[in-house]
Amino acid sequence: MNDLAFSVPSAVPPVDLPRRSEAETPSSPVERFGADAPLRLDAGIDLGPWQIAYQSYGRLNADRTNAILICHALTGDQHVANPNPLTGKPGWWETLVGPGKPIDTDRFFVVCTNVIGGCMGTTGPASMNPATGRAWALDFPLVTIRDMVRSQAMLMDRLGIERLFCVVGGSMGGMQVLQWAASYPERVFAAMPIASGARHSAQNIAFHEVGRQAVMADPDWRAGRYLDEGARPRKGLAVARMGAHITYLSEGALHRKFGRTFQDREAPTFTFDADFQIESYLRYQGISFVERFDPNSYLYVTRAMDYFDLAADYGGVLAGAFRNSPARFCVISFTSDWLFPTRESRAVVHALNAGGAKVGFVEVESDKGHDAFLLDEPEMFAAARGFLDSAASELGLG
Amino acid sequence: MNAGAALTPSRSRDDVAPDEARRDHLLVAGMVEPGSRVLDVGCGDGSLLALLRDRRGVDGRGIELSRDGVSVCLAKGLAVIQGDADTDLADYPDDSFDYVILSQTIQATRQPRTVLEHMIRIGRHAIVSFPNFGHWRVRYELGVRGRMPVTDNMPAAWYETPNIHFCTMRDFVGLCREVGARMEQSHALDAGGQPVRFHMPWWFWNLFGQQGVFLLRRG
Repeated sequence: MNDLAFSVPSAVPPVDLPRRSEAETPSSPVERFGADAPLRLDAGIDLGPWQIAYQSYGRLNADRTNAILICHALTGDQHVANPNPLTGKPGWWETLVGPGKPIDTDRFFVVCTNVIGGCMGTTGPASMNPATGRAWALDFPLVTIRDMVRSQAMLMDRLGIERLFCVVGGSMGGMQVLQWAASYPERVFAAMPIASGARHSAQNIAFHEVGRQAVMADPDWRAGRYLDEGARPRKGLAVARMGAHITYLSEGALHRKFGRTFQDREAPTFTFDADFQIESYLRYQGISFVERFDPNSYLYVTRAMDYFDLAADYGGVLAGAFRNSPARFCVISFTSDWLFPTRESRAVVHALNAGGAKVGFVEVESDKGHDAFLLDEPEMFAAARGFLDSAASELGLG
Repeated sequence: MNAGAALTPSRSRDDVAPDEARRDHLLVAGMVEPGSRVLDVGCGDGSLLALLRDRRGVDGRGIELSRDGVSVCLAKGLAVIQGDADTDLADYPDDSFDYVILSQTIQATRQPRTVLEHMIRIGRHAIVSFPNFGHWRVRYELGVRGRMPVTDNMPAAWYETPNIHFCTMRDFVGLCREVGARMEQSHALDAGGQPVRFHMPWWFWNLFGQQGVFLLRRG
């Protein structure tokens, strides 16, 4: 039943094999950088050799001016608009990206990379450490949002894309969008951060810490060495996911969707079984996540978000981050998002205004919480389409 | 200075065909130098911003309180943010725009004086238009019938109107003096929002102008 998250065997079933091979040799294109082209990390370490996996859609035009970079969120990956190779489910942003969609792959060359520290083909803790022949695990250096963006910029160099037409992303993806505008102002023509913010709040760091502690408290985590030892901290990662998943929803949406409805029963069982539908749903979310995500990657990528504080890099003045940015911005938030509430987006908008940047901003009404950015939100689609169309005509793109 | 007068009611904001530029918008657009930077405060559905962009090559930005208005603007590709004139103008640096426009909005702000002060701080020029509460029909409603006026220009009843700070054209001129705004142009608009350019004394405009439109700069 749905209680599986708490009764799964810790031995590694065959399902781990495709996941491990995605980490090393992904089923999407991958660019490899040798020790002579290391990725300079904020932690002060040159990482090399390293690799970055990406997916692309549409065609780059002759002038190389129609590229859109999509940045994924915490547990996303490069498979934006194609079936996921591990789960077989549709791409995570097929609502927004595709032929004729607001991010129109008939017009634009769309690229999405797996982040550094991830587990879908870009170097991360599940990748092999060439020095030891084993998985990096906790020997992998800590990475930041800026490191993610730096690695993406190196990929763009390889692809011959000097300037991106637009950088788009939600949640952690939005953090990368803002970092792009700050780090490479001349390489970003337009930017669309959605359901995001310029820093991770104390509350969000707190939630992440609970998740990490859940992973590390699982005896099968084995001090991070579970891959070597044929174990896997499923319960810990599932609990982390269950807790995090609540933060992606809203009280209203939970009530509307589940209320106090019982799961396949008429009355309480007077046990700790999943009596309520919401319990069963969360257990399902936890267990299905475990099958596609590396537990150590979860530690690293949550940490990268925690460290993000864009203003801190500019003397505490967020406007300083955008001082040199010639980009036009479209900022979107959602009314019921309490993980990245509207005030976080508004702080970005104020900083952009202070710098005289060209910025549009709308708070979309939705009861779906933080997850709204991944869902069918017509107002968001209309704003994205209007923004991209007008930016494209400014740049003279057909 | 120019004055226009009208005895027939002007059309309200909403009953104009979408593609047809409103006359008061055309008048405002005529005040704006081509290619300048403009902030439209309370930009509604963005029709003035779109007009300025398409016909005057203006680099325009907008602030709009209503979510629906902002969504319509963004879908038109306009750089509009959801915000409140009363609170958000303070965040803009000095001299960041050539023109700051407040079209049919000042009477709905909580602090018209502060808003006007910010406008002439943020912009080299300010353009303000508003319904004239000194118009004869308003005076008739209040003076003869003893009722708060409900006109085509001000269609809401007193208990549901967003307009909380009505003023007459003379009142506004007084406020401009107080905040040190110099008047460069002023117009009174007639029924269709058309300025009529003849010389008339102040009392005449204040009685017969349905809307006032003022181009100001820091004094």
